[in-house]
Amino acid sequence: MKERVAVVGIGQTKHQATRGDVSMAGLVREAASRALTDASMAWADIDAVVVGKAPDFFEGVMMPELYLADALGATGKPLFRVHTAGSVGGSTAIVAAQLVQAGIHERVLTVAFEKQSESEAMWALSMPIPFQPPLHAGAGGYFAPHIRSYMARSNAPDHIGILVALKDRTNALKNPYAHLHEHEITFDSVKDSMMLWDPIRYAETCPSSDGACAMVLASEAVADRADKPPAWIKGTAMRSEPTMSADRDPVLPRGGSECAADVYQQAGITDPRREVDCVEMYVPFSWFEPMWLENLHFAPTGEGWRFVEDGVTQLDGDLPVNMSGGVLSSNPIGASGMLRFAEAAMQVRGQAGEHQIDGARTAVGHAYGGGSQFFAMWVVGTEKP
Amino acid sequence: MRDVAVIAFAQMPNVRAETVLNEVEMLMPVIRDVRGRAGLDQQQIGFTCSGSTDYLSGQAFSFVSTLDGVGPWPPIQESHVEMDGAWALYEAWVKLQLGDVDTALVYCYGKSAPGPLHEVLSRQLDPYHVAPLWPDAISLAALQARAMLDAGKAREEDFCEVAARSRRNAMNNPNAQLAWSVSEYDLINEEPLVDPLRKSDCPPTTDGASAVVLAAGDRARELCRRPAWIRGIDHRIEPMALGMRDLTVSASTRLAGTKAGATGTYDVAELHAPFSHQELILREALSLGDHGNVNPSGGALAANPVMVAGLTRIGEVAQRIMDGTATRGVAHATSGPCLQQNLVTVLEGDS
Repeated sequence: MKERVAVVGIGQTKHQATRGDVSMAGLVREAASRALTDASMAWADIDAVVVGKAPDFFEGVMMPELYLADALGATGKPLFRVHTAGSVGGSTAIVAAQLVQAGIHERVLTVAFEKQSESEAMWALSMPIPFQPPLHAGAGGYFAPHIRSYMARSNAPDHIGILVALKDRTNALKNPYAHLHEHEITFDSVKDSMMLWDPIRYAETCPSSDGACAMVLASEAVADRADKPPAWIKGTAMRSEPTMSADRDPVLPRGGSECAADVYQQAGITDPRREVDCVEMYVPFSWFEPMWLENLHFAPTGEGWRFVEDGVTQLDGDLPVNMSGGVLSSNPIGASGMLRFAEAAMQVRGQAGEHQIDGARTAVGHAYGGGSQFFAMWVVGTEKP
Repeated sequence: MRDVAVIAFAQMPNVRAETVLNEVEMLMPVIRDVRGRAGLDQQQIGFTCSGSTDYLSGQAFSFVSTLDGVGPWPPIQESHVEMDGAWALYEAWVKLQLGDVDTALVYCYGKSAPGPLHEVLSRQLDPYHVAPLWPDAISLAALQARAMLDAGKAREEDFCEVAARSRRNAMNNPNAQLAWSVSEYDLINEEPLVDPLRKSDCPPTTDGASAVVLAAGDRARELCRRPAWIRGIDHRIEPMALGMRDLTVSASTRLAGTKAGATGTYDVAELHAPFSHQELILREALSLGDHGNVNPSGGALAANPVMVAGLTRIGEVAQRIMDGTATRGVAHATSGPCLQQNLVTVLEGDS
């Protein structure tokens, strides 16, 4: 009942604070054209287009996929728009994959983007919601208490967040598409950067980026004939939980844990620490790396920070995390989840360039959103599922 | 494809402005109603998908709050589209095709009243070239209506006939917002609002919400005496720019209809035509000719909750099949200016 599906084309833009050289249409077209070229396909080969992005207020355009229809070559085709908060880039790829898995389409183009320079994301995120405390200082103010709670529960030393930021920003130097290329970065430069939302420093915070990511997903028949090695999708999963609930633990959310367990089970993974070669996870603030290492079952509860301290998640470590530089180095919000999924696919296709992990055969892509209540994950591999 | 059916439908009575309840409070009774009709609680539902837009509620991530009203604990498999609920139903239908889950909840909501809707909708337009001019939705629809007249494809009397019949039909729909009986001969004397459209040719501004439960195969038969089977479903889009399209036809509706197997005869058709002339365009695109039972609910001219009216069309057809008053029907949903994007689904009951 479920057809096999593979990633056969990947493209992304250069991410930067302001892509003033292109319109929104130009931005998505840049990523999509690169994905088509990578897949050795033309626009006419595509059966359907699935678009994702975060809140429309980030650009000030209501349902912008309508305006982007012809730029995305969707005339006369199905065009679908997903929005699941910050996890959207991941869930968009999953919705696109399902169109192939269901046998409805053979070649689906999926595109996610954000052009944050068109508006002001921090204030778009800071509007008062009835019956809820207003988040008047952006996402960092929301997540800082979760991080402090993690530090208290795990007895993690203060410098763990600094180590994560240093690693991700150093990895980004190997990624030509990354927004931040901080050649002078050091442990001390991160440590001495301004404290924004204690314990989150400026250098431990994601940037605000313009950027887009695109993938071509194809059926087994198409992928078998592809010029380049496909990344086979071995499992996909999404989970959501309430925003306001006394049952929730936002530090180690049950939704994230169940999402991971589901996707590993589909992929036949019983020991993720040993069976997964590398991971791209959604880390917008440095401390989320140790938290997600635990939530996604790579580390025992309370031990995630030891992986960071021991260098396990370094590019040359045992379990490399965020080889691309991650969200900490590029954050076109709506595309950030898809970039994680795409990097996982690039690794198993062997096309990650200087940030390639030798012999990567199984990789995990992860995205989360909202106040840690929306999760999307996939597992990709070199072998057919 | 796997057999998937609508097994329950619920909607809140459409109103001009729901000024007391917020979106979460407005939606909760509809969710409770539809789950009750299906005989399922949230933990028995395999997948949940919703449709809404932040531009109506005026806040980013507005769907996050309404999800809390559904009660997603323990965590659920869930997704959201920034599209009319009809497309949320499409995603749920795709999910059910995969065979991992057998039931899905689909819901949508929209409060059009708090803002100047027809100006808000201008925020959908090309942000660099068109949106700065703030062309409102009624004026764009009027250009389309004028193109119909200029092409000799309709007369203003034809618009009035749609407007009068829709509100007359709505008198039998307890959930309709606008229902009255005035003859088309009287409507023709109404002054134009935006020439050539009269106020009667335009939809009311509506706050509303609706929801559907889908189930696959034997599970549908267990839960529903007469499931409304989705025999075909497809959606297509055209370029947004009005100058790139022949506005007197709906190529995307025709194509979606062909892909969805929308041919033959129907007992009922529900078309999402917010403006009266658009029903004529859609009738032609779906080869409905002068079919006698189009929009028995009154359609979007009787209640037009933005982000909801499309799913409600599917629900209205499905309800008639579940009731046994129809055996085969076609439902249509639209999005974007002047019928830019269209979804068509064919529903059938067991004969």
